[in-house]
Amino acid sequence: MATLYIDNKPYEFEEGRNLLHTCLGLGFDIPHFCWHPALDSVGACRQCAVKLFKDENDCTGTIVMSCMTAARDNMRISIDDKEAHEFRAEVIGFLMANHPHDCPVCDEGGECHLQDMTVLTGHTYREHRFKKRTHRNQDLGPFVHHEMNRCIACYRCVRFYRDYAGGKDLEVFGWHDSVYFGRHESGVLASEFAGNLVEVCPTGVFTDKTFRKHFTRKWDLCSAPSVCVHCSLGCNTIAGQRSGVLRRILNRFSEDVNGYFLCDRGRFGYEFVNGSRRVRTPLAKKGRNQKLEPLDRSAAIKRVAELFSSGRPVIGIGSGRASLESNFALRQLVGPQRFFVAESETQHSITTEIVHALRRTPASRASLRDVAKAGAVLVLGEDVTNTAPLLALAVRQACRTAALTNAHGLGIDPWNDAAIRETGHNVRSSLVVATPTLTKLDDVATTVYHAPPDDISRLGFAIAHALDGSAPAPRGLSPEIEAMARGIARDLAQAARPAVVSGAGSGSASVVEAAAGVAAALYKVNHDACLCMSLSECNSFGCTLLGGRDLTAALDAAERDNAEAVVVLEADLYRNCDPAIAGALLTLPRNVVVIDHTLTATAAMADLVLPAATFAEASGTFVNNEGRFQRFFSAIAPQAGFAPGYRWIAEILSVVGPEAPRWETLDDIVNDMESRVADCAGIRAAAPSASFREGSQKIARQSFRASGRTALLANTSVAESPNPADPDSALAFSPEGIQAPREQPLVARYWAPGINSVQAVSKYHGDPPAALVKGEAGADAAENHGAKAPAAFASHASEWLVMPLHHIFGSEELSMLSPSVASLARSALIVLNPEDAAKLSIRENDAVEVSNYALSCACVAAIASWVTKGSAALSVGRPETQGLDLPEWLWIRKAGAP
Amino acid sequence: MIALVKALWTVFLHSFRKRATIEYPEKKAYLAPRWRGRIVLTRGPDGKERCVGCYLCSAVCPVSCIALQCAEDETGRRYPEFFRINFSRCIFCGYCEEACPTYAIQLTPDYEMSEYDRQNLVYEKEDLLISGQGKYPGYDFYRVAGVSIGGKGKGEGENEQPPIDVRGLAD
Ligand code: SF4
Ligand code: SF4
Ligand code: SF4
Ligand code: SF4
Ligand code: FES
Repeated sequence: MATLYIDNKPYEFEEGRNLLHTCLGLGFDIPHFCWHPALDSVGACRQCAVKLFKDENDCTGTIVMSCMTAARDNMRISIDDKEAHEFRAEVIGFLMANHPHDCPVCDEGGECHLQDMTVLTGHTYREHRFKKRTHRNQDLGPFVHHEMNRCIACYRCVRFYRDYAGGKDLEVFGWHDSVYFGRHESGVLASEFAGNLVEVCPTGVFTDKTFRKHFTRKWDLCSAPSVCVHCSLGCNTIAGQRSGVLRRILNRFSEDVNGYFLCDRGRFGYEFVNGSRRVRTPLAKKGRNQKLEPLDRSAAIKRVAELFSSGRPVIGIGSGRASLESNFALRQLVGPQRFFVAESETQHSITTEIVHALRRTPASRASLRDVAKAGAVLVLGEDVTNTAPLLALAVRQACRTAALTNAHGLGIDPWNDAAIRETGHNVRSSLVVATPTLTKLDDVATTVYHAPPDDISRLGFAIAHALDGSAPAPRGLSPEIEAMARGIARDLAQAARPAVVSGAGSGSASVVEAAAGVAAALYKVNHDACLCMSLSECNSFGCTLLGGRDLTAALDAAERDNAEAVVVLEADLYRNCDPAIAGALLTLPRNVVVIDHTLTATAAMADLVLPAATFAEASGTFVNNEGRFQRFFSAIAPQAGFAPGYRWIAEILSVVGPEAPRWETLDDIVNDMESRVADCAGIRAAAPSASFREGSQKIARQSFRASGRTALLANTSVAESPNPADPDSALAFSPEGIQAPREQPLVARYWAPGINSVQAVSKYHGDPPAALVKGEAGADAAENHGAKAPAAFASHASEWLVMPLHHIFGSEELSMLSPSVASLARSALIVLNPEDAAKLSIRENDAVEVSNYALSCACVAAIASWVTKGSAALSVGRPETQGLDLPEWLWIRKAGAP
Repeated sequence: MIALVKALWTVFLHSFRKRATIEYPEKKAYLAPRWRGRIVLTRGPDGKERCVGCYLCSAVCPVSCIALQCAEDETGRRYPEFFRINFSRCIFCGYCEEACPTYAIQLTPDYEMSEYDRQNLVYEKEDLLISGQGKYPGYDFYRVAGVSIGGKGKGEGENEQPPIDVRGLAD
């Protein structure tokens, strides 16, 4: 601990940061714009001036930029100094000279860093008498709105977009006071992380276009800490609603997981919650071929409960997009033997393989932060940009570790961003991208290798063998690949904290085995090695802990046991398996009950639909790809028609069996699960329980400025009703309570006195205690669990090996129900090798038919040379390609050709 | 006894004094122009709704009796989709008028709003919107704001330069 004297008072602090960061952390307010906790300092805006004194006798001092000055022991500074204050007031005066009179119609208003800083600096009246400079706006696509007049030229946007996220199409144009931040012309921002501009930009230049459609000021949003449902990483978010409409998603800082950023699928996929296909009341059919009609709640529960008295078994199908609690409740309802997971046989074997690999690996399990700090990264088989976007952002940061080390050697402070980038131009950490399809990370990779999954797996085995002679070696490798493997092995072995990244996206269990093998072999020579794998859904990991089997097994059980009913929990079976299996599962049993929030193809087949709450209306737990238990809390108060899946099941259980557990609250289920499922020990530590109080108060979901409380519902009844109660959490549906809680899992908004913008995050500290799924014993097992390298890829005469092609916008189920995301999705694409395309006389954009014995799907052709001859890549998750379990050998022909 | 007579005498004398009360509702009381009574939403000089749905009035209201939802037309002009004041809660403090950056919301010298049913004191936008400009004629927020709306492009507001051409060499 070192001591810093601020206005003659001593404060203890940890060295290693700049003065600005240190002072903000100590609770001081220093106006600033260009510094950002993740983007660090460049000293561009000159707003953060403070006085620095040589010693206690120096009473003149010099003005320095606090963001560009390291905080050192025994330093003496003044924030309140008159000259420093005048300096800052003058700077903001200049910044505001051209600022438009927009606050009332600016979406940033009320959470604007510029407003906060202007007030903080005391700049109340405009002194500039001349005309204001103006700019034309651009249309930047469905996510981000552009209002260029409001720019103060802090350069944060381009520093994030280009330097941090690797985007190429946002630039700064022009010069002096007319610089322009935008694209070379109107058009959709190409980066998957463009939505972060909304939070990064300290003004209203970049605002959320989807929020604009149902705009609400920050002070009116009723918010809750939440977790993203659109991929397995489980980024921490804040969900804000008003009048039961989910209005927007913001980042919730988590040091280990997503840091300060989200991807656009996570930020803008939320609109499915307000979607027109939501089910909001129980629906039932009178007979199999009749229409679904509304039914009242108690009748619906009675109908389900009756299914259990027939004596024949009921089968339960859980899913990776339902909470751990709902899956557990279903497992209790039907019994562990009859609990299945909505995954095809292949998908399930991969998910299980990944979870086992992660739990058994001797290397450590990598969080996104670990990946971002890795000295070398091997991406094996996974197109992370499209399956787990924030993992790609982390990998991109890892490419800079060499530059950081280099800068450290030159005596440059770790926060001095411009200097580090300047000195690090030619210094790049090793990044190997070995994937079946082209990836966006190729541009920063030191080695790129695209080949069919089996060849990727062989490369993995070869690397493992090069690292550890006792690991099985693939047979018949070409000398180039062997040399490549040796080179990669050497880089990984020598790097500080090397990371192996893989996942379920390639659809190949052997790729996953290979990645696990590399991690195990690497660990032998480098104990800092870590392993990171992504899964297919937000709770795939959690669902696997409950031990269900796959859908083929479910169908077998249904047939064998002559099942009375099947209960499907938050899953569309048609998306996850062969339509023949899904169809049989939904017709064989006498009754089909679907608990879901959206009317999917599966729900349309049901005899009874129980409307589930989405993540925004329920509290629960997801287990992310790393095995981290993360709690999400309802932003929207419980409503009459629908309820969380576990609540429906608890009610059914209370009718079915007198010996059934009594689950009144979420905590009851969590405690019950912790005692019954050994692998779920730790779920309780995910967040404080409902009885938690800070002081004696709950945490407020609403800000104390929440308005319209006596008018919002006055059109229905002028008599005011009490705030809804929340028995499931320590949060209250009220402005009364703690506004800025200390516990990260309970942070419902970022706010500090005087700091209304998201930048208040700099005043929050700490992370939750990590509650990770425990590793399994038998780390040795991971090394030789009998995995063998597959044979090399060889093309077939009339079939193509069709590999999965993932799209960030288009391949994920729920985000596609969000109009903004759906507007960016293209029709299903098949990418062919130029020679194959010529052979089939297929040209770019031709209509193509891809088929196997049972299915045929229409798609559009693209031609690229990264595709290995004899293979092809086909969009997954699109309605056109549903039912295919890629990679698969398929016939390809031009539509209309014989 | 004497005191009683005295008191009655005083009362008697009062019947010849000038009246303090007035014959309401036949006669109306004098109200100062700045009297704070029934709230209205006004229109701008061009006859369009002044309110831009900024939520400042609702935020400042100490009894939280204003609720609205902001919306935007296809040209970028903002307006309240609904605007509701619960007058059974309003204390006529006038903060909303003070907070309003567009002079849209104004308090008027009208207090005759009594109702038998409290529900009738909930006023919607149709009940609040008047056709005139109220106390502040001539002010049009969009003339001084930087955003463009139908009929006003970038750089066409008051005190604005024409928009920069970033592709130009000399700007
Ligand atoms: S950016 Fe901030 S200061 Fe500027 S108009 Fe918007 S809210 Fe007002
Ligand atoms: S657009 Fe925003 S982030 Fe970019 S320079 Fe302007 S104010 Fe800064
Ligand atoms: S990376 Fe995944 S979890 Fe994170 S915001 Fe994007 S979709 Fe959500
Ligand atoms: S303050 Fe004025 S412009 Fe803003 S919402 Fe209220 S009435 Fe409309
Ligand atoms: S924050 Fe220090 S110069 Fe911009």
